[in-house]
Amino acid sequence: MSDTAMIPDSQAQRGTPGAMKWGIGGGIIAGSRGLTLAGLMLAGLFLLLVPLMAVFLAAVGAGVVIVGNGAPRDHRIVLGLALLAAGLFVVRFLVPAALLASRRLANLTRRLAGEWSGVEIAVPYQPPPSSSSAKLPFRSRLLWLVSDPATWRDLLWMTVNATAGWAIALLPAVLAGIGLIEFIYPATQPNMGARLGNSRAALLAIGIAFVLAGAASAQWLLRAYFGLARSMLAPTGQAELALRVHHLAQTRSETLDSGAAEIRRIERDLHDGAQARLVAMGMTLGAAEELIDSNPAAARALLAEAREASARALAELRALVRGVHPPVLADRGLADAVRALALDSGLNVDVTAGLPGRPQAPVESAAYFAVSELLANVSKHANARQTWIDVRHERGMLRVDVTDDGHGGADPGRGSGLHGIERRLAAFDGILALNSPPGGPTVATMEIPCALSSPKTSSY
Amino acid sequence: MRVVIAEDLFLLRDGLTRLLEAHGLEVTAAVDNGTDLLAVLTAGPPDVPDVAVVDVRLPPTFTDEGLRAALAARRAVPGLPVLVLSQYVEQLYARELLACGDGGIGYLLKDRVFDSAQFVDAVRRVAAGGTAMDPEVIARLLARNSGDGAISGLSPREREVLALMAEGRSNAAIAQRLFVTERAVAKHTASIFLKLGLQPSDDDNRRVLAVLAFLGR
Repeated sequence: MSDTAMIPDSQAQRGTPGAMKWGIGGGIIAGSRGLTLAGLMLAGLFLLLVPLMAVFLAAVGAGVVIVGNGAPRDHRIVLGLALLAAGLFVVRFLVPAALLASRRLANLTRRLAGEWSGVEIAVPYQPPPSSSSAKLPFRSRLLWLVSDPATWRDLLWMTVNATAGWAIALLPAVLAGIGLIEFIYPATQPNMGARLGNSRAALLAIGIAFVLAGAASAQWLLRAYFGLARSMLAPTGQAELALRVHHLAQTRSETLDSGAAEIRRIERDLHDGAQARLVAMGMTLGAAEELIDSNPAAARALLAEAREASARALAELRALVRGVHPPVLADRGLADAVRALALDSGLNVDVTAGLPGRPQAPVESAAYFAVSELLANVSKHANARQTWIDVRHERGMLRVDVTDDGHGGADPGRGSGLHGIERRLAAFDGILALNSPPGGPTVATMEIPCALSSPKTSSY
Repeated sequence: MRVVIAEDLFLLRDGLTRLLEAHGLEVTAAVDNGTDLLAVLTAGPPDVPDVAVVDVRLPPTFTDEGLRAALAARRAVPGLPVLVLSQYVEQLYARELLACGDGGIGYLLKDRVFDSAQFVDAVRRVAAGGTAMDPEVIARLLARNSGDGAISGLSPREREVLALMAEGRSNAAIAQRLFVTERAVAKHTASIFLKLGLQPSDDDNRRVLAVLAFLGR
């Protein structure tokens, strides 16, 4: 059985996203989607009103206090302050929630654009200053939301959506509605009144033309709608750069941290292991030296002990080096190193590897340890009979699939192992995707953008 | 017995030479890189060595140069006995060395040199067309096969005998190691071959290769 047959192609299962379906059916679907979008617009309009209300209340309150006339001065101040307080109340309790809700709404629009029309819109928001936006104190939360240009672009979109966007989305339904209500329905009534020279055929023809125009334009208008949405909801060049900088800063600091931790671990292992054994060996040899004349038998026993200790020190150094830079990886590169891992894993593993050259050493190493971790997971949790590993380089990406026929249900949220792999790969802009439905099979796919160096020529 | 040594570290090359000569073997060449090794091994008569002792990692690449030179030499001179030494033993490399199916192959950790009698015994065994596999390779092979029904059907003693046999030892050597008679070892061997479904054979070397082939499936 080939491993590719085992891997469910997620793209194929979902169907090609955004493919246009033609005919009346597609038109009706697109038209009803337009209606849905108009509904979303209403929700957006409501959310837009919240910050507007805050501004309005505060402005009117201030205005009443300062320039209000007619009413007695005391009443003016009380009323003005009350309005101001109401404005502040709205800002304090409703505005952040409304802004976050508007982000959800905008994200929904972004997702639907991809699913319905194949218009991909990336999410532009700056990440919150600390890990969770829910725990942020009010001030930094408001600052985070207000200082992000994407927030204002969202609000701009909602304004445009409430006017032009809304009209585009609804136009097909309106055309069809006119056709049905104004022409086709009257044509079926016995008393249809004096229209178009009382010709039922003409009425019907015009009605059907309207409906068809609505259905035919629906797909295009939906696309146009999402195109308009993208111009405001997609990240600007600057926002993209800001996101990129944030990502780089984060992965860099994680890489530095894990590098430092790794060095500490190696130092500790050397200190407690090989170094300590060498000290003990030196002492044993010294004792043997003293005893060699007086008690040769005891000296011989000590020498044997020293030899044992040196073998143990070597074994420890071997294990240490294997964890830092595995020999086969250094000698042969990723493909053979993965084969060696497969042999050592004790699992039934089928390795297909075809790399025309070698990736850079750090990329090789990250991929190697990721495969090692994934294989360890398979043998610990999956209860699999067969595992397949596929290593290849395509479209500028190193791609490794690890597939097993175990019972599935692996959760990327649980377990530090998978998270560790993700962090390791992130340093190279690599990703790990895990597909593990209950009952299996489990497919872990990693992709690391990298170039291959030309293959090393062997003299033999 | 004529031996060629390939080792890039002077101290080790020198030590190996002295150790082998102390046990009455003749070191005809001691080289420090893969290219020279291949040249010496494939020079043809009258300089054909009885066995080559080769370090895996050699200049100029400092990767698996020695292993590849040894494999190339065996392709040129089929059955040329080669004992490969390494700081690490890798199942992948053991597999490649055994792939041709002939004997005359050794693959040992460098530490095994510490026990000179055992090491020289391994060199002689390989020179005679036998096999010398590091206990660590065998331990991992056995661990890999532990889920196998046939292996788990062996008694603990039989598993010990199997491991020693896979390392390439003769019945006499196994008997000495386990403090039993050769007859007892022969009985265990017969039972192992029956349980694993292998063709019994009186020839030590063929038996070892059959066992290794079984474990390496």
